Amino acid sequence: MSELEVYLDNGSTTKTDSEAFEKMKPYFTEKYGNPASLHKEGKEAKKAINKSKRIIADTLNADKKEIIFTSGGTESDNLALKGIAFENKEKGKHIITTKIEHDAVLKSAKWLEEQGFKITYLDVDEEGFVDQEQLKREITDETILVSIIHGNNEIGTIQNLKELSEITHEHSKNAYFHTDACQSYTKTNLDVKEQNLDLASINSHKIHGPKGVGALYIKKGTEIHPWQHGGGHEKGMRSGTLNTHGVVGFAEAAKNNYENKEKNIEKMTSLRDKLIEEILKIEKTKLNGPKGSKRLPNNINICFNNIEGEALSGYLNRKGIYASTGSACSSLDLEPSHVLTAIGLTKQEANSCLRITLSKYNTKEEINYVLKELPDVVKRLRDMSPL
Amino acid sequence: MDKEYSEETIDRFQDPEYSGEIENADAVGKAGNPSCGDVLKVFLKIEDNVIKKARFKTYGCIAAIASSDELCEMLEGKTVEEARKITGKDISQELGELPPVKYHCSVLGTEALKDALDNYKKE
Repeated sequence: MSELEVYLDNGSTTKTDSEAFEKMKPYFTEKYGNPASLHKEGKEAKKAINKSKRIIADTLNADKKEIIFTSGGTESDNLALKGIAFENKEKGKHIITTKIEHDAVLKSAKWLEEQGFKITYLDVDEEGFVDQEQLKREITDETILVSIIHGNNEIGTIQNLKELSEITHEHSKNAYFHTDACQSYTKTNLDVKEQNLDLASINSHKIHGPKGVGALYIKKGTEIHPWQHGGGHEKGMRSGTLNTHGVVGFAEAAKNNYENKEKNIEKMTSLRDKLIEEILKIEKTKLNGPKGSKRLPNNINICFNNIEGEALSGYLNRKGIYASTGSACSSLDLEPSHVLTAIGLTKQEANSCLRITLSKYNTKEEINYVLKELPDVVKRLRDMSPL
Repeated sequence: MDKEYSEETIDRFQDPEYSGEIENADAVGKAGNPSCGDVLKVFLKIEDNVIKKARFKTYGCIAAIASSDELCEMLEGKTVEEARKITGKDISQELGELPPVKYHCSVLGTEALKDALDNYKKE
């Protein structure tokens, strides 16, 4: 098919670190006990869960007891929004979020709207930064939750969580601050104490851990209602037998990528900036999202005029280059990305964007291959276009 | 890309044989809107009421490009009347069935064709 295969869709999911995979193995066939059981097998699994919890907590500067394991980012976001909403509805029924959230937050918010909550969706500027003045204007003591994505999954914008949580806590006596940190975790600074967070969603498969596991940080003292009922696991906050092997793999990946954070960030940033610089030399292209340190080190999102994103990623796929697009045609509802339209792109522009998301495993050689092939693909599609 | 395109659709998308323009075309038709994601233009060379040559220019997704290419192949050799009878369903069938959410791409092809033939009649 092609000389090289280059995986550039790490915002969707990542390759599991081999160290994490190795650590998981004994929990399938040897240490397979249920962590909730009282016998030796159960105790062993429970020990692994506790150790993993401590590792994850350390990466967030949190306490072990403040970590709840879930099935992933989507479940963490659902628990945060719905759990806070239903536990605190006597204090107020107002929730603030933004127009550039992941669907896990956005659709939970929409559902809460149907349940009688009032939701404010904050605007963002053309680089994707939340309008802080609007947050100050909209927030009241009726507001029980402010949920703002940390690193945006499409355009890479990193919000200033410290400032946003300060505004939240200063202007409302009842509002908790939640962030969806699935994309930013281990890729930029995330510190629940320094940033004064009440809740934070993280997950495993975006950071080279296995799929199907994530966590929600819940600050001690936070009033939140469980969302999944059953046998009372995770102190009743999240029932369901714990995914021991998944949790162990998650913790190993978290440790590995947290310890090597600076090195990985540096590597990805240099590849990112090279890609951005070179791709922008192709005529009629535009970068979406900010440049520099306020952008996720692994995210590139570029608009190619007169080209439809699905066709572009389709031709790249043939060259062995795997990226994604925000175009309407690639989505099941045939609507272009809400994030791209929120930063002011027209529907046509939003349909013409390509998202490249790197990982620590990408190499200079791979990036050079992409830069060699991409201009030809763009030219071919532009030649085909009637616009 | 995981909406299960048929092999025929992917092949056509990857190596369209009929992409291009016809200079001094006898009929040109257009359909679609860039904000919806697809714009399709067909060029026809018509002699003695028979379509001798068909080419397309398309801004659009995998299904739109494959439909355009399929349409052009179907058109060559057909009379104007036969061409008018081509439906989106016919194109989709030839492509080994487009995914339901992409069916409109084949309909867009017939709209561009209709536009071309209507323009042709006027001359």
